[in-house]
Amino acid sequence: MLHLWLIPAFPLAGFLLNGLFGRRAPKLFVNLVGVGSVALSFLWVLNTLAALGPLETPHIERYFTWIQSGELRIGFDLVADRLSAVMMLVVTGVGLLIHVYSIGYMAHESGYYRFFAYLNLFMFFMLLLVMAGNFLLLFVGWEGVGLCSYLLIGFWFLKKSAADAGKKAFIVNRIGDFGFSLAIYLIVAHFGTLDFDPVFAAVRERPLETDAGLLTLVALLLLVGATGKSAQVPLYVWLPDAMEGPTPVSALIHAATMVTAGVYMTARCAPIYLQAPIALEAVAWVGAFTAFFAATIGLAQHDIKKVFAYSTISQLGYMFLGAGVGAFSAGIYHLVTHAFFKALLFLGAGSVIHALGGEQDLRRMGGLRKQAPVTFWTLLCAAVAIAGVPPFSGFHSKDAILLAAHHHSPALYWIGVVTAALTAFYVFRALFLAFFGDYRGDPHHHPHESPPVMTVPLMALAALSLAGGYFGVPAWLEPMFPVSEPAHDVALVVVSVIAGLAGIATAWWFYVARPGLADRVAAQLGGLYQLVYNKYFVDEIYGAAVVRPVVEGSEKLAWRTLDVSVIDGMVNGLGARAQSLGDVLRRIQSGNVRSYAAWVLFGAVLVVVAFGFWGGWQ
Amino acid sequence: MNAVPLSWYLILSAVLFSLGVAGFLVRRNIITVFMSIELMLNAVNLSFVTFSYQFKQADGHIFTFFVMVVAAAEAAVGLAIILALVRTRRTLEVDEVNLLKF
Repeated sequence: MLHLWLIPAFPLAGFLLNGLFGRRAPKLFVNLVGVGSVALSFLWVLNTLAALGPLETPHIERYFTWIQSGELRIGFDLVADRLSAVMMLVVTGVGLLIHVYSIGYMAHESGYYRFFAYLNLFMFFMLLLVMAGNFLLLFVGWEGVGLCSYLLIGFWFLKKSAADAGKKAFIVNRIGDFGFSLAIYLIVAHFGTLDFDPVFAAVRERPLETDAGLLTLVALLLLVGATGKSAQVPLYVWLPDAMEGPTPVSALIHAATMVTAGVYMTARCAPIYLQAPIALEAVAWVGAFTAFFAATIGLAQHDIKKVFAYSTISQLGYMFLGAGVGAFSAGIYHLVTHAFFKALLFLGAGSVIHALGGEQDLRRMGGLRKQAPVTFWTLLCAAVAIAGVPPFSGFHSKDAILLAAHHHSPALYWIGVVTAALTAFYVFRALFLAFFGDYRGDPHHHPHESPPVMTVPLMALAALSLAGGYFGVPAWLEPMFPVSEPAHDVALVVVSVIAGLAGIATAWWFYVARPGLADRVAAQLGGLYQLVYNKYFVDEIYGAAVVRPVVEGSEKLAWRTLDVSVIDGMVNGLGARAQSLGDVLRRIQSGNVRSYAAWVLFGAVLVVVAFGFWGGWQ
Repeated sequence: MNAVPLSWYLILSAVLFSLGVAGFLVRRNIITVFMSIELMLNAVNLSFVTFSYQFKQADGHIFTFFVMVVAAAEAAVGLAIILALVRTRRTLEVDEVNLLKF
């Protein structure tokens, strides 16, 4: 026993302490508990992994039987294998940095203790998710992080847009989770267990001729779940709105960890997907399409956090593309590097917003290079990493995916390359708009650099973004996913690097060398620009096709017809009948004592007569 | 003693009881109504004693004492109510005491 349970238990204890006592406790206590619990968790992960060594076989700890129903036994089992080890390190490591950063970012917010309590609760559920040894426990973590996401998006719940965004995230995720739960039911029904190893062993052994349909269905339903949690087409719409939450939340939950749960789940279920090639193909195409689609939207957004939100969707698409072409380890690899540079992008954006006193609009930034040098240089590290400039982290993971994609289908590769160019363009566009040129915001506001408690995590993440490509994640994961890695093709790598550099150069040309050119191009593109600027009107289409029918149907049919006339009619009718009956009967209570006496006599006579008829007692 | 048959006692009891009932229903003076109730109780007592004598058993006698105890208690409570009524309403008419109704 290595006490794996301690890893999620620390943040849970932090949540309880801060949630119960944080309101009256001094800030130092909240900081110590909130950050300390995650730090302990991180240290325990390191300690555990050091003790476990190379993890040739998964280390499983079974604590107790949670559900026992006939043959079905579901235990509270935590597992540490190579995949969950990577995830644990990312979740606790990046999570720790973001917790530290939050001390500075949230310093002036009310509900400070609440923020850290939710954040710790999130860490607990996320760790449960990645360490779960069976589908149901994974699902518990899955739903728990969804709950925390909802709570933290709506952290400023007095703001209607924030509360609405939280609800939107929750409802859209319900659709995905519905698919996921159906998949779990199918697995129980056909395999009789939910533990990963027996299910995957059964999947490998069973004959494909009879089970192909079932496995494809299960895999597709899992994909539905993953598209919800990981914001893929068609369920991605909640993630841009989720930016209403505080920026550390966007970095931790909506960039680095929770949204990658879908990728993790897909990789975890790789044995199922490998037996269901149609579903795997669907994963690849959903990922590729999402990557391209979201990247184009990201080109035209003005809100710095929205740019990075669409970027997150796009990069998640890359991960699914990697998983879909069979390169699960490349997908997880990109998950890791993405956690570094996207968390850094968001935290850097938060630092910019902090510097400008809450301004998020790129059109009203500019020239911040001098006032916020640390933020600028760290953000630049993230930008070169995400743009795929060699030899930084994004280059390695993105090229691993693109090579595998080319091996699978050149069309997917070219979508990926175009997306890489778009990615480089929009990230550097945001960077140039914020840090170059002249300051275009409120002239009375003087931007300032963030305090060290915020910039130190930025620097740590910058180092990780630059060096993340040398951590050897794919080699570490290789034994888990027995897939033939394609040969390293230099030409393909060169093409994708050129695409990235071209994106950067174009952004430089548009926003630094020739400011104003971008607006003219946008004006010339006219309708196309409007289409992209308005995010392809997807929200409006969903509103008209799904939300309005549901709302109006609920109002007209469920409320006014069914509830008001039928149900209320029945209840009110019963009440009214009772009332009118009572109206007649209450006349008996006349207040006249002698009439009561008459009633008593009447009753007595009735009893006597009854005895006369039926003979009384013998 | 044997010359008086059992039925005579019972008839007397029934007559007294009926008088009580009639008085209870017809009279308006609350004191009279109260006395009618006492009359009914004593009519029943007479039946008890009669049967007890007839069957040579003590049950009826015991019950008579019970009834007398209850009647005494009832008289105390009832008279107290009447006194309170007279003090507040200055009347003994039962028909005028009719506020407690629908």
